[in-house]
Amino acid sequence: MSERVREKLKILADAAKYDVSCASSGSTRKNTNKGLGDTGSGICHTYTSDGRCVSLLKILLTNFCIYDCAYCVTRKSNDIERTAFTVKEVVDLTINFYRRNYIEGLFLSSGIFKNADYTMERLVRVAKELRQQHKFNGYIHLKTIPGASDELMKEAGLYADRLSVNIEIPTESGLKLLAPDKDRQDMIRPMNYLKNEIIQNKEERKLFRKSPLFVPAGQSSQMIIGATKETDKDIMYTADSMYRNFSLKRVYYSGYVPISNDSRLPMLNTAVPMVRENRLYQADWLMRFYGFNVRELLNPATPHLDLDIDPKLGWALRNLDKFPIDINKADLQLILRVPGIGVQSAQKIVSARIYQRLNWDHLKKLGVALNRAKYFITCSSREFERRNLSATQIKQYILSTSASKYLKSQPAQLELFT
Amino acid sequence: MTILVFDGSWYGLLCCIFDVYEYKLDAVSVTGNAYDQADAFSSKREVYTDPEHAARVYKGLAGKLSAKGLGDLYACFLSELPEAPSLVVRYARAVFSDGLTENAFGNADVLKVTQIAKMVSRERHRMKAFIRFQLTADNIYFAEIEPDFNVIPLIAGHFKRRYADQEWIIFDKRRKYGIYYDLQKVEEVQFTFSEGKANPNAFSESEALYQNMWKDYFKHVSIDSRKNTALHLRHVPKRYWKHLIEKQVY
Repeated sequence: MSERVREKLKILADAAKYDVSCASSGSTRKNTNKGLGDTGSGICHTYTSDGRCVSLLKILLTNFCIYDCAYCVTRKSNDIERTAFTVKEVVDLTINFYRRNYIEGLFLSSGIFKNADYTMERLVRVAKELRQQHKFNGYIHLKTIPGASDELMKEAGLYADRLSVNIEIPTESGLKLLAPDKDRQDMIRPMNYLKNEIIQNKEERKLFRKSPLFVPAGQSSQMIIGATKETDKDIMYTADSMYRNFSLKRVYYSGYVPISNDSRLPMLNTAVPMVRENRLYQADWLMRFYGFNVRELLNPATPHLDLDIDPKLGWALRNLDKFPIDINKADLQLILRVPGIGVQSAQKIVSARIYQRLNWDHLKKLGVALNRAKYFITCSSREFERRNLSATQIKQYILSTSASKYLKSQPAQLELFT
Repeated sequence: MTILVFDGSWYGLLCCIFDVYEYKLDAVSVTGNAYDQADAFSSKREVYTDPEHAARVYKGLAGKLSAKGLGDLYACFLSELPEAPSLVVRYARAVFSDGLTENAFGNADVLKVTQIAKMVSRERHRMKAFIRFQLTADNIYFAEIEPDFNVIPLIAGHFKRRYADQEWIIFDKRRKYGIYYDLQKVEEVQFTFSEGKANPNAFSESEALYQNMWKDYFKHVSIDSRKNTALHLRHVPKRYWKHLIEKQVY
C-alpha cells in the first residue's frame, strides 16, 4: 500500500513541478479552533537543487488529461506513466507532512479527466475534507479548472486560501498555436468571477465579521515564457492588464523547459531562458512596489528588457534628464527610482534623514549599491559625479565594476582592451 | 571606564541601564561573563538584578520606542554576541539622553542594533522553516536544533499557534535546553542524553515512511535542467543540513 503511494507521489510531484507558484503568504486564516495549522507571512521550508522555494506540497491529483497542449508534460499524446491519487491519500500526505513541519500546506492541481466539473469537484473534496474533518488551518492553493461551474468555484473559494487559473501563453495567438482545444475566454471568465466574489465577500465581512473567508490570499496566474515568439512587452502588458482587471496578487513567469520535440516549440536541448525570466520578475516588482507604469519600462521603442542590466537601470539610462536627485530632499517615490536603491534602503533613507543629513558613508551602511546609485544622486558631500556622462558610458562603467551572476565566463575579447 | 558585570539575563541587562543613570556612570562596557578581566584603566562593578529596576527601564524604553524598536533591542540581546550588551546600553543612552529613536539609522549604534536584530530575525525565520519534527513512539513530535543565536524565545509562540493539537518538543542542542508543549502551555525543559546508540524503537512505526516520502518528494520536485547549486546553498546553508530530513541519504 505505502509503496504504491510512494510511486504515485514520485510521478505526480514530477508532473506538478513546472508550476512555479509557491507562495504561502497573504492569507488571514488563523488557528482559532485548536486545530492544526496557521497561516501568516509564508515560510519556505526548503529549496530544491535549482534554488526554488518549497513551501507547499505541490502535486497533481492525476496526470490523466484529455487535452493535448504542446508545452505540457502531461499532454494526452505524451507517452508517460499515468496515475491518480485518491482523496484520502492526498489528505493523509498533507496532514502528516504538515505535522512534521515539512510544508506550509497543499498546492493541488490536476490533469483534466472526463470534464472540468468532474475534476474540479475532486479538488474541492480534498480541500473540504482537510478543513472540515481534520480542522486543518494551513494554506491550501487550488488550481481552478477552466470551464468549471460557478457553484464549484464558489465552494472551492470557501476552503482554499488561494485559487489560480494559469493563462499559460502570454498571447492569444500563441495559445491557439500550441493548445488548439483551449480557449482563452475559459481562463479569463473564472478570474473575473472570482474577482467579483472576492470583492463581495470583503463587503460582507465588513458588515458581518463572522461571515466565512473567501479566497483570503487572492488569486494568481502563470505564463510560460519563451515557448512562443512573444516579446517582453506582450508578456508584461498581459500581466499588467491582469493585475488591473482581476486584482491578481501575483503573476508568475515560468521559463519554458524543453520537454518535447514538437516543431512548434524550441528544440529539446535549448537552454531555459532564466535570465529573461529574472528580468521579467524585476519588471513585475517595479510595477508593483516601485510605482512604475508598465509603459515606462516597455513600449514600442523598447519591446524587450535589457538582459545585461536590470530594468530599473535601463529606465534610468533612458531618462537621464530626471537625474541627479538629492537624497536628502527628494520624495520617497523619486528615491525608489534610483538604480541601486531598493524599497528597504529607500524607506531607511527617508526615516534617517530626519535626524541628520546623509553622506556617502551613511548610504553605503544603509545598504545602497553605490556602484550603480552614485551616477544618479547627490548627498551631503562635495563629491559627486560631475562629468557629463552619456548613457552608454554609465552603462559601461557599471558593467565593468559589477560581475553579473549570470555571465559564467566573461567574453574573451574583453581581454584585448585591458 | 567601568566594566559592568550582569548575570546574563535580559532583566540583568536592563538593570545595567538603570545603574548607568543611578550612579551617573560615564564610559561603560557591559559583559555577562564574570570572568572577563578588567585592564589597568578600568574598574569592575557588579550589577544586582532587581526586577523592579528592570521594569522601570523597560517602561521608559517602551515609551520612546515602537514595538519594533523594543523587539530589535531584545533580539540584539538574544544574539549572545560579545559586543551586544554594551551596544544595548549605548543604544538605550542614545534614546534616553539624545532623544533618538529606532529610525535614526545615521547613528552607528542604532544601525548596528538594527543589523544584529536582522541577523537574529533571519535565524528565527530559518528555524521556523528548518525545524523537522519526528514522531516518537510516545506520540510526541520531537525536533533538535543548533541555531547560531538563542532564538527559542522568539519561535515558541509560532509553534504553539501552529501545532495546537499535538504535543511537541524543540530542543536546542547547543544551549542544552528546550521547550515542550503539552497541549495547554509551552514550558522550558532540560534533559540530559545518555551516550551510546540511539534506540531504534524510539520513533513511531510510520516515521520512516513519511521521511522517505518527503525525500522522494524533494528529489522529484526539482528540475534538473535548471540546476543552480549556488542559489540552493545561499538559501539552505550547509550548517543546517545535519537536521534536514531531505538532505540525508535514504
